[in-house]
Amino acid sequence: MKHAANPSGKRPGADREIMRASTVDLVADTARAAAARRTMVWTAGGLATAATVAGGWLAPPDAVQGPAQRLMYLHVPAAWVAYAAFAVVLAASGAYLVGGELRWDRFARAGAEIGVVLTAVAIATGSLWGRLVWGAWWAWDPRLVSTALLLLAYAGYLALRRAVSDRTDARDGDDHRVARPAALVGILGFLLVPVVHFSVVWWRSLHQQATVFAPQRPPIDPRMALALLLAVAAATLAALCVLLHRVVRLERRLAADAPRTADRVPARIG
Amino acid sequence: MNRRRTGRTAVVAVLLATGAVLVTSALRGTLTYYRTPAEVLRDPDAARERVRLGGDVVPGSLRRDGDLLVFRLAEGGQAITVEQLGAPPGTFREGEGVVIEGILSADGTFRSDHVVVRHGNEYRPSTSPVEPVDAR
Repeated sequence: MKHAANPSGKRPGADREIMRASTVDLVADTARAAAARRTMVWTAGGLATAATVAGGWLAPPDAVQGPAQRLMYLHVPAAWVAYAAFAVVLAASGAYLVGGELRWDRFARAGAEIGVVLTAVAIATGSLWGRLVWGAWWAWDPRLVSTALLLLAYAGYLALRRAVSDRTDARDGDDHRVARPAALVGILGFLLVPVVHFSVVWWRSLHQQATVFAPQRPPIDPRMALALLLAVAAATLAALCVLLHRVVRLERRLAADAPRTADRVPARIG
Repeated sequence: MNRRRTGRTAVVAVLLATGAVLVTSALRGTLTYYRTPAEVLRDPDAARERVRLGGDVVPGSLRRDGDLLVFRLAEGGQAITVEQLGAPPGTFREGEGVVIEGILSADGTFRSDHVVVRHGNEYRPSTSPVEPVDAR
């Protein structure tokens, strides 16, 4: 299925008939878009089932770590998709600052929410994995500390949005007074992502280095690699579903309230 | 209005820069998660207070001495004898990387009371699921 998230919020004009053949505005509050989103949810569910079978049974236990290594199929997708969610915050915040389109601000907020949850999942699964293999729930190690900072930074981003919208009585997701400072913080926060990723290379760490994104890839059993790939694909698609769902819900809620600002995106009725 | 905003931006930038400098200078010493045997042997006084020491457990050096676990910890050709008090994690094996926490005593042995296992980024299938084989 080919799809494109149409962020402009504008009705496609003359080329609408051609567009209809191939693309669906996935964040539109229409029956067609909802059906397309449901297809994505089912695809994500299928991938998640395949990943569960592959990671739970098909892949062998690790020679050194034993069955605890299976936590990799939760921990690594959570961490990668959290990076991707913060990349959405970066891109959407940049697009908002360039074009001034408030819909991008809503994408940034949804991306940050997903990223914060997934970073917390990565820390929780990593903590359990660490307990089982390292013998410690937590270590004051560069990777762990920088990941905690990343979580704090984007939790702070969400808190900033809430604080500014409370103070100025602006509607979060529909007001430039919230969107502008949030976009700046959303872009600055992304500076931490490369620090987290390369922390295991730049500093001595208890955490192992990357396997898949390594210059000279260390050996990984192909069945383990397949399970990891499926888990990452499932997590990516599931996170995309949640992102679209969050943006649609936010826009529906904003449309239901009486419009108070002049520059709001016109609400569309299916 | 515009001048006020520029001034405010400048103040924020200066504050952020000062914060960054303070944090990096404060972290300079502590960013090193563990020391290597070579560093501890070169500067034994630094290890008179509690430090973390990282390296591989030398194969064949591991033995039990009452409550103590005695082994050689090596990295980069230098090794230190370690006396560990207390049970290590179940993944602890000869040839594996570990980070231990303790003090270098006057006789040159490192007395530790905390072990974490530092596994690598290589994933191989377990050949015998009942009895885990040695990694190397």
